[in-house]
Amino acid sequence: MTASALDPNDPRRSFQGLILTLQRFWAERGCVILQPYDMEVGAGTFHPATTLRSLGPKSWNAAYVQPSRRPTDGRYGENPNRFQHYYQFQVILKPSPENLQELYLESLYAIGIDPKLHDIRFVEDDWESPTLGAWGLGWECWCDGMEVSQFTYFQQVAGIECSPVSGELTYGLERLAMYLQGVDNGYELNFNGRDGAEKVTYGDVFHQAEEEYSRHNFEYADPEMLKRHFEDAEKECRALLAAGEGKGNGRHGMVLPAYDQCIKASHRFNLLDARGVISVTERQSYILRVRELAKACGEAWLKTAAGGA
Amino acid sequence: MPDLLIELFSEEIPARMQAKASDDLKAMITGGLVDAGLTYEGAKAFATPRRLALTVHGVTARSPDLREEKKGPRVDAPDGAIQGFLKSAGLSSVAEAKIVEDPKKGRFYVAETVRPGRAAEEIIADLVPKVVRSFPWPKSMKWGSGSLRWVRPLHSILCTFGPETEEPVVVELEVDGIRSGNTTYGHRFLAPEPIRVRRFEDYLASLEKAKVVLDPARRRDIILHDAKDLAFAAGLELVEDEGLLNEVAGLVEWPVVLMGSFDEAFLDVPDEVIRATIRANQKCFVLKDPATGKLANRFLLTSNMVASDGGKTIVAGNERVIRARLSDAKFFWDQDLAVKLQDRLPKLDSITFHEKLGTQRERVERIKALAREIAPLVGADPDKAERAAELAKADLVTGMVGEFPELQGLMGRYYATRHGEDPAVAAAIEEHYKPQGPGDRVPTEPVSIAVALADKLDTLVGFWAIDEKPTGSKDPYALRRAALGVIRLVLENSAKLTFIPVIKAAWILNGGHKRLTTSSANWQHLSTDLLSFFADRLKVQLREQGARHDLVDAVFALGNQDDLLLIVKRVEALGALLSSEDGRNLLAGYRRAANILKAEEKKGTTIAASVDADLFTEATEGALWATVQAARTEAAAAIVREDFGSAMKALAALRVPVDAFFDAVMVNAEDERLRANRLALLTAIRDACHEVADFSRIEG
Repeated sequence: MTASALDPNDPRRSFQGLILTLQRFWAERGCVILQPYDMEVGAGTFHPATTLRSLGPKSWNAAYVQPSRRPTDGRYGENPNRFQHYYQFQVILKPSPENLQELYLESLYAIGIDPKLHDIRFVEDDWESPTLGAWGLGWECWCDGMEVSQFTYFQQVAGIECSPVSGELTYGLERLAMYLQGVDNGYELNFNGRDGAEKVTYGDVFHQAEEEYSRHNFEYADPEMLKRHFEDAEKECRALLAAGEGKGNGRHGMVLPAYDQCIKASHRFNLLDARGVISVTERQSYILRVRELAKACGEAWLKTAAGGA
Repeated sequence: MPDLLIELFSEEIPARMQAKASDDLKAMITGGLVDAGLTYEGAKAFATPRRLALTVHGVTARSPDLREEKKGPRVDAPDGAIQGFLKSAGLSSVAEAKIVEDPKKGRFYVAETVRPGRAAEEIIADLVPKVVRSFPWPKSMKWGSGSLRWVRPLHSILCTFGPETEEPVVVELEVDGIRSGNTTYGHRFLAPEPIRVRRFEDYLASLEKAKVVLDPARRRDIILHDAKDLAFAAGLELVEDEGLLNEVAGLVEWPVVLMGSFDEAFLDVPDEVIRATIRANQKCFVLKDPATGKLANRFLLTSNMVASDGGKTIVAGNERVIRARLSDAKFFWDQDLAVKLQDRLPKLDSITFHEKLGTQRERVERIKALAREIAPLVGADPDKAERAAELAKADLVTGMVGEFPELQGLMGRYYATRHGEDPAVAAAIEEHYKPQGPGDRVPTEPVSIAVALADKLDTLVGFWAIDEKPTGSKDPYALRRAALGVIRLVLENSAKLTFIPVIKAAWILNGGHKRLTTSSANWQHLSTDLLSFFADRLKVQLREQGARHDLVDAVFALGNQDDLLLIVKRVEALGALLSSEDGRNLLAGYRRAANILKAEEKKGTTIAASVDADLFTEATEGALWATVQAARTEAAAAIVREDFGSAMKALAALRVPVDAFFDAVMVNAEDERLRANRLALLTAIRDACHEVADFSRIEG
């Protein structure tokens, strides 16, 4: 697919063009193209399509965009490279195919990165998500010194060993788009690929949100309420897991709703963290509590049909 | 003789693991060949990001035949036993067995078997899969649906074997579906085509042609050489960085060094910050102006690519990333400077240090008080020590330290300097974290020493007071490192610091006296326990320097030893004494005396409470008694002067009369009074020795 220079959907020209190209690329390679999960998450990995689907014996290939919220990364819209809300493009392939590195590189070529001009590198990066009880080995993928993706072979998720192993690719879309469009300020990214009056920038869409959410995350989110919500979610997650036991034809019947509560608890924790009201040791204990939920959900998932039971 | 070539081709191997992996490959393969009875002339291993390679030359083609003798039953043994023997030895009839005569055992059968040697190829075919399966990667993984573990997915195994004069063969083997072959691949982007390989010589040459420099040492040389050239051409000097060089050489197969630049305005930010940013995140070298020694607005990157535009795009990309990183850093720097450290203190209220030990702010208050207490002991101005302690943790809530935690302390120093704090105070803010590990520098400035000690002692006493001590391999609060830090601060600065009063102060500051519910509330228990923790750390430290741990024990066993400097001096003097002949003989005499006493004490023999000179019957008794008294007085006096050398010398004088005494005198005299008196004399020897150390703890 060669896009003409004036094609607004050229990945080098528009943010949405980048997304569309990646979706098409992975769709052509047999992935299910999903939509973002409808909850606040810190990374695409939290989407049940990755966390839960990476568990159990069934093969699974999916790709999707996931809006990701990292409250502590808010900079009131003043930093051109850092946002508390950004997009990840997530690909999960289970089992990881033999030629995953080649597939990944082809996806870079597809979005307009010419391998003859650029320095593409796989630099060690062991990935770990303490809250998900997950870890894997892989790399940060560098293009001319810039990290454009994370590439991970999952070894453990929700405390459960992955077998078969999934390959996970995560593209940081804003950074990638900035590189492709040759823009230094993320807010100046061309979102829709149009010029003049028709042009919509990333800043047009998100700058106000960054200001507002930074204020919220750092100054106004009510810590007491967040703590309460955390505890509620924790309780509900456990209650749903207990109630769902044996409710789905002898399997487990309520893992997904329970896992939603785990996601919720995790995000409440991130907000508490951004408010600066959590001490180092409390932090550890919050992480542990979320991990326990994730583990319990993972174990229950293996008792469902999609989990291979 | 044949040569062996092995290549394990995989996805990118972490740079930091490559050197050890190539060493391991060499050791495991050559070790396995030798164990199987082969010999070889030489071997060399290599690593690139995508491959481990090993060449072994001059391998013997076969392992030698092994002759074995197997002893069987006597010739007149029951038939069942003989048949069993024949079967186990693989013989078809007794005719194939030898008969051996033994004068004691009579005539018996011996089977002589020859285990034929094996072809080297066969041995290699067995060995390589074993090595692959048991390879000691620091971290390994599985991939796809397989069960093999490797550092990253393993794609192919090249394994050829054969003499120089002939076409080498592929050693056929298979590991988890990966079949050996004679194919490798060049540079991922510049020459990805498969390459047929015969032996090491053409392997090396073909790789070089396919833009892969196999030898990491050569890649390092190329990078260093090109980096220096580029720097020189720009009138600059490379800031050399061995660790970075090694890492970068492990990230490329075909190194191409390129120079980029950044806006001079960023040079307002401290050099360390720029270097940390560029090094940690971008793995680039920085350059300095040889005239000023200050950083220049240039950097060197090592790409893995000969780009079609000469590297323009690559440089531009790297510059863009570095610009973004530096603007982040500059943003933090400017923001941080706008608030005085003093004014950041309230923010420490909201950071819990540990739920049982209060907030960082409370901790700062404790360190302040403790630093003030310690200051006069280490020659520091108490006001400055207190001020430094007050500001020491304030940079934890700055943006820069939030971003680069490794810059904690250093940033505090910069901000304090900019805000006009006393230079000793600013330095102490940075140095109070030191030393971080055994290789880290120990501060020498008194104010820094005071705050560094206060910081570490507060941590140790605090965690001891709440019973969070290191156990086994678990030391989540790095308390061992803190104790070692204290030890080095004291010893390397020859600081006279008696611990017990300082620990007590820290304990009270930590509210230890209020924690009555736990056993650790018991001050006696805590101080003894913590001192013995220090003793253990000191032992480790001294052992690393070559001192004997039993000597440290001998000194600690005296009890109440809380002055590290004195302990070490005493250990040194004791070591010197024991390395002299007098010392060794004295130790022998001491042991003799102590053993007799122990035996008699056990039996309940009466030992006189004091020596009575009127009961001496031999001249040597009188001589010994006079020397013991003199030695003990002299040793005790010398110890008060902290002159351990003289104390030991005084003891050494005991050697001759002790030897003479044991030669001439029978301790277990018939006369009970004489015996009790002589035992008292032995007690006096023991006590005199115990003035300087508990000799019973000395080994060897």
